[in-house]
Amino acid sequence: MKGTAKPLWLTEMIAVWGYVQRNYFLTKRYFMWEVVWLTFTTVNAMSITFIGAGAAAQKGGGAIDVSYYMTFLLIGALIWSYLSMIFDILSETVQWERWEGTIEYTFMSPTSRVTHLLGMGVYAVVYGILRTALVLGVAMLAFDLDLGDANYVAALIVLAVCSVSLVGFGVVAAVMPLLSPEKGQQVTYIVSALLLLVSGVYYPVNVLPDWMQPLATVSPVTYGLEGSRAALQQGTGLADLWGSIWPLLVMGVVFVPLGIYIFHLGERYAKRTGKLKRSG
Amino acid sequence: MKALELRGVEKSFKKRRGEVVRALDSVSLSVGKGEVVGILGPNGSGKSTLVRVISTLVLPDSGEVEIFGVDATRHPKRVQRSMNRVSVEASFFKKLSAMENLLYGAKLYGVTSAEARPRIAEILDNIGFARTRATEPMEHLSRGMQQKIALARALLTSPVLMLLDEPTTGLDPRSKKDVQAFIQRIREAHDSSILLCTHDMGEAEELCDRVGIMMDGTILALEESGELKRRYATNGRVPTLEETFMVATGYSVEEASAEEE
Repeated sequence: MKGTAKPLWLTEMIAVWGYVQRNYFLTKRYFMWEVVWLTFTTVNAMSITFIGAGAAAQKGGGAIDVSYYMTFLLIGALIWSYLSMIFDILSETVQWERWEGTIEYTFMSPTSRVTHLLGMGVYAVVYGILRTALVLGVAMLAFDLDLGDANYVAALIVLAVCSVSLVGFGVVAAVMPLLSPEKGQQVTYIVSALLLLVSGVYYPVNVLPDWMQPLATVSPVTYGLEGSRAALQQGTGLADLWGSIWPLLVMGVVFVPLGIYIFHLGERYAKRTGKLKRSG
Repeated sequence: MKALELRGVEKSFKKRRGEVVRALDSVSLSVGKGEVVGILGPNGSGKSTLVRVISTLVLPDSGEVEIFGVDATRHPKRVQRSMNRVSVEASFFKKLSAMENLLYGAKLYGVTSAEARPRIAEILDNIGFARTRATEPMEHLSRGMQQKIALARALLTSPVLMLLDEPTTGLDPRSKKDVQAFIQRIREAHDSSILLCTHDMGEAEELCDRVGIMMDGTILALEESGELKRRYATNGRVPTLEETFMVATGYSVEEASAEEE
């Protein structure tokens, strides 16, 4: 029954599926929570989109292209919902298992940490796509969106590349609860809030103060949003989106191995200091 | 080659106010192939740290830990595949069913669902666990049933070294007997070596080939239980294992299980 008779790559792939399937089982068992979060995300996206209509109704707002602006806001809300979900799932890898009490069992299994994080990343992307598609469906029924020129394929490619970069970012954040069981998870919420502030989710980055704008250049969300908005609102093709894609590729190449390396260091620190088990 | 060998293992932890707690103090012990070794000790004596060091969850400050001749500190992935652990806490996803938890656990060791399902059915039958209950969430099962599933999960990966850290603590007498009988069957039917940490004297005497006493991170003695008792004989009277434990540690059995870890 041991997995040792199988080649290593196969046992690792079985384990990746194990993590994906486990998270699927958990999503099923916490179904009511899923309904709550889906409702919250949908209502939140709609509320933000209405800001576009509200702005046009304000004094001097007549010059605003309402449909274009509402589409701008909705894309921001949806893509932020998707990307922040990936970040949250990855960054809660440690904390969730601490809460369930399974962390030691998972960390003493022979699967590599790369496999563990890959399994979490695959689930986060698939789950994020499905949930965002549901919210988009509702939003399309509710609003008259300006998506006539949309290049959906190009937008999906930009988002796919951005997802990989953000997985690396999330893995770096996941190490925080290993370093500090008491406050680590709260730090990841601060990182998430900073990404929301500087990445141009609901406004262009150039409205930020000068000192804040450089922060936007190191956030993968900035390029993911720029590229997706250009593809969806202006129908920009892949060749013209290269300016958004190449920074994401570079970030993916840098953040994923860096994240795994930092996680490895964090795991060794937790095992040296006995913090793996502690729940704060 | 020994199934498990520890030589001069030391581990200290720093507490918040700079206080240093010595959890393991030059611990050396071995477990032979197919042997069951019990470690008795009050809570806080270092038993759980010992198990965590062996299972690669805590890095020792110094000393060597070898599992079937492989250095566990340097090559954790190589040794993790050959061992499994059952701890005092059942450590399951509480909302998932026993079957879902078992399938997940099997996959972490490279065992597919198709391979695991017939084996799970066989193990559940062996431990007298109704298969129909395997689809219920773990949180609906009693502690005794959860602990049986923990043993089943460990057995599912066919470990050659099993680490049992107080597997019967907190169980009702009936569940305790069932779990002990299951450990006995594992011992007889499988070629597993077992390290059993407990403060149940009867359990140690019944299940173990050799019994050690641990106190303040040190193994005070490790021998066949008869030898261990004779070591603490006074005026020609051989004490019971419980009396031996009290003399060696200064704790009664009740105190040993009541002290905080």
